[in-house]
Amino acid sequence: MISIKSVSHSYSNALRISFKDWEINNGDQWLLLGESGSGKTTLLHILTGILKPEEGEVNMDGTSVYSLSSRALDQFRGRNIGIIFQRPHLIKSLTIKENLLLAQSFAKLPENPERINEVLHSLGIIEKKDAYPNELSQGQLQRVSIARAVINKPALLIADEPTSSLDDKNAIAVLNLLVEQSGLNQATLIVATHDKRVKDAFTNTYEL
Amino acid sequence: MSPIKISWKSLWSKPLSSALNIMLIAFGTGILTILLLASTQISQKLDNNSKDIDLVVGAKGSPLQLILSSIYYIDFPTGNIPLKDAQELSHSPFVKRAVPLAQGDNYEGIRIVGTDSNFVRVYKLTTSSGKFWSADFEVTVGATVAATKKLKIGDTFFGAHGLTGSTDVHKTHAYKVAGILTPQGNVTDNLILTNIASVWRMHDDHEKEEATEQHQRSAHHHEKTEGQQQEETGDHEKETRPDQGGADSGREITALLIQYRSPMSVVMFPRMVNQSTALQAASPAMESTRLFSLIGVGVDTLQWFAILIMLIAAISVFVNLYNSLKERNYDLAIMRTLGASRGQLFQIIIFEGILLTFAGTVIGIALGHLVLQFIGAYQESSQARLSGLIFLGTEIYLFVAGLAIGIFAAIIPAVQAYRSNISKILSKN
Repeated sequence: MISIKSVSHSYSNALRISFKDWEINNGDQWLLLGESGSGKTTLLHILTGILKPEEGEVNMDGTSVYSLSSRALDQFRGRNIGIIFQRPHLIKSLTIKENLLLAQSFAKLPENPERINEVLHSLGIIEKKDAYPNELSQGQLQRVSIARAVINKPALLIADEPTSSLDDKNAIAVLNLLVEQSGLNQATLIVATHDKRVKDAFTNTYEL
Repeated sequence: MSPIKISWKSLWSKPLSSALNIMLIAFGTGILTILLLASTQISQKLDNNSKDIDLVVGAKGSPLQLILSSIYYIDFPTGNIPLKDAQELSHSPFVKRAVPLAQGDNYEGIRIVGTDSNFVRVYKLTTSSGKFWSADFEVTVGATVAATKKLKIGDTFFGAHGLTGSTDVHKTHAYKVAGILTPQGNVTDNLILTNIASVWRMHDDHEKEEATEQHQRSAHHHEKTEGQQQEETGDHEKETRPDQGGADSGREITALLIQYRSPMSVVMFPRMVNQSTALQAASPAMESTRLFSLIGVGVDTLQWFAILIMLIAAISVFVNLYNSLKERNYDLAIMRTLGASRGQLFQIIIFEGILLTFAGTVIGIALGHLVLQFIGAYQESSQARLSGLIFLGTEIYLFVAGLAIGIFAAIIPAVQAYRSNISKILSKN
C-alpha cells in the first residue's frame, strides 16, 4: 500500500502546493488528472522518491521513503518503482537489451536475459533486442521504455504523460499496454495526464 | 552492466571525438617516451663507455672530438701523436695504466683498432670463443660485429682505408678472426681489435704498393673534399712516414687512454700534458657533460612542447566530457531513476576520462618505442645506435601522468554529474 500524508512542497520562487492525502491499494489503477502547472510532475517526483517534499510523509509498503539514505533510496527506487516518461529517453550508446540489463544491474538485481526476452516478447519488440535506440520508431521506443519500467517487476508503475505526444491510435495502444503490463506484473499503476482521451479507461481518479 | 562498461560503450558511440582525444594524448606521450628513452640510452652509453677511463691524450684540436673519436668511436681523430711521447707519458708516475690506440682502417664501416693487452684490462673484456689477438693481422671482434657481419673464428677479411667507406681496400694483408668477445654492452661490441703493429704494417706495405703502382695517389689525395681529408689526416701522416727499419722512434699512434694512479693525478696530470708537451689531454667525464648539456637544450625544448600537447589533450578531454555531459544530463538522470547512485554516475564519468587517457598513454608509449626503433634502424653510426626495445622503469611515470590527466580532466564533469538535481532535469522536458 502506498500513502501520502499532509505533503506540501514549494519551489524557491513559487507558491506552496499542498497535496491532499492519498491512499493507493496494491494492484489499483489510478489516473492522476490535472492541468499543466498544477503540480502533477511534482507529485510524481515526490511519489517516486526523486524529490523530497518540504513537509509530509510518503509511505510505501511500510517503508517511509524519505527516511532512507540517498543510496538506499536509489536502490529502493530501482527495485520497486518503474517510471515511464513522456518521451522514451533510452541510453543511445547501448542496445535495447543492454538498456534493460542496465535497469537490472542498477537495481542491484542479477542480470536475467530470460526476463528480458519475456518482457520484450510480451511487448512485441523481441526482434529489436540487439538494435540501437536510433534504429527504432517512436512507438517502438515507447514500448521499450515500458519494458524498462516493468523489467524488475516493480510494485509501483508510474507513467508521466505517456500519451501526450502520440496520436489517438498509438495513445490507446500504449494505454492498453500499460494496463496489461501492470496486470501481468501485479503492479500498482498511476498514470498522470491532462489527456481527456485517457479518462474513460480508469475508475480511480486523483484530481489536482 | 558495470559503470566501466557503460563508459566504454559511451566512448564508442562517439568514435571521432574519442579518437581525437586519444591521438592528442598519444602524441604527447609518444614524444615524452622518445625523449626519455633516447636521453637515457645516450647518457647510459656515454657513461658505460667512459667509466674506467680518466683521461684521453691525443693530438691538439677539439677536446670533444678527441673524446668522441677515442672513446665513442664516432668522430674522426684529431691527428696522430708520436709513439715516443706517448710512451713517456705512459711511464709517468701519475699513470696507472695507459692504452695506446691506432685507428685508420675500417671493415664495412666498423673501425679496426690497433691496441695492446691494456685495452682488454681497462674494458675488462672476455672472449666468448677463440682467443685475444696475438700475432700480426689477427683480430678479435666485438659480439655485435660477429653477429651482423657473420664472422666466425678463422674467417679472413680485408680492411679498407679510412674510417668509413670501403672503396680503398688493403689487399696486401688479410685480417684473420682469432676470437669473438662476449657482449659488453658498450662500444667494444662494435669494434675490431688487433695489435698496433698490424695497423702500421698494413699501411707500410700499402704505401710501398701504392708507390710502385700509382704515383699520382698523393695528388689525388689533395683533391678530396674537406671532410674526407680530415678523415684521413690521422693516417695520412702515418703513410707519409717511410718504414724506418722497425725502430719505434718515428712511429705514431692516434691516442692514449689513461687510468690515473691516484686522485692527485686529476689535478696535476692534464695540466702537465697540456703545458709541457705538444699533446692535448681531454677528460671524458667533462666532455660528456658538455656534450650532454648541448643536447640538453634540444631535449628541454621538446619536453616543454610535449607537455604543452599533453595540456591541450587534457583540456580537450575536459571539453569533450563537459559537452557530452550537457547532452547526457537526461540520460544520467534516467540512470538515477533506474536505481543508480550518485557515486555510480561519478564513476561513469571518471572512467570515461581515464579510459581515454589510458588508451592514449598506452598507444603513445608503444608509438614512442616503435619510432625510436625505426630511428635506430636508420642510424648510420652503429656505436650510438638507439633501441626501441628497451623498457625503462621510469615509463611507469608516464602511465601515472596519463591517468592523472584523465582524472584531472574528468573531475569537474564527474562532480557535476554527482551533484545534479534529477527532479529538476526530468521536469524540464
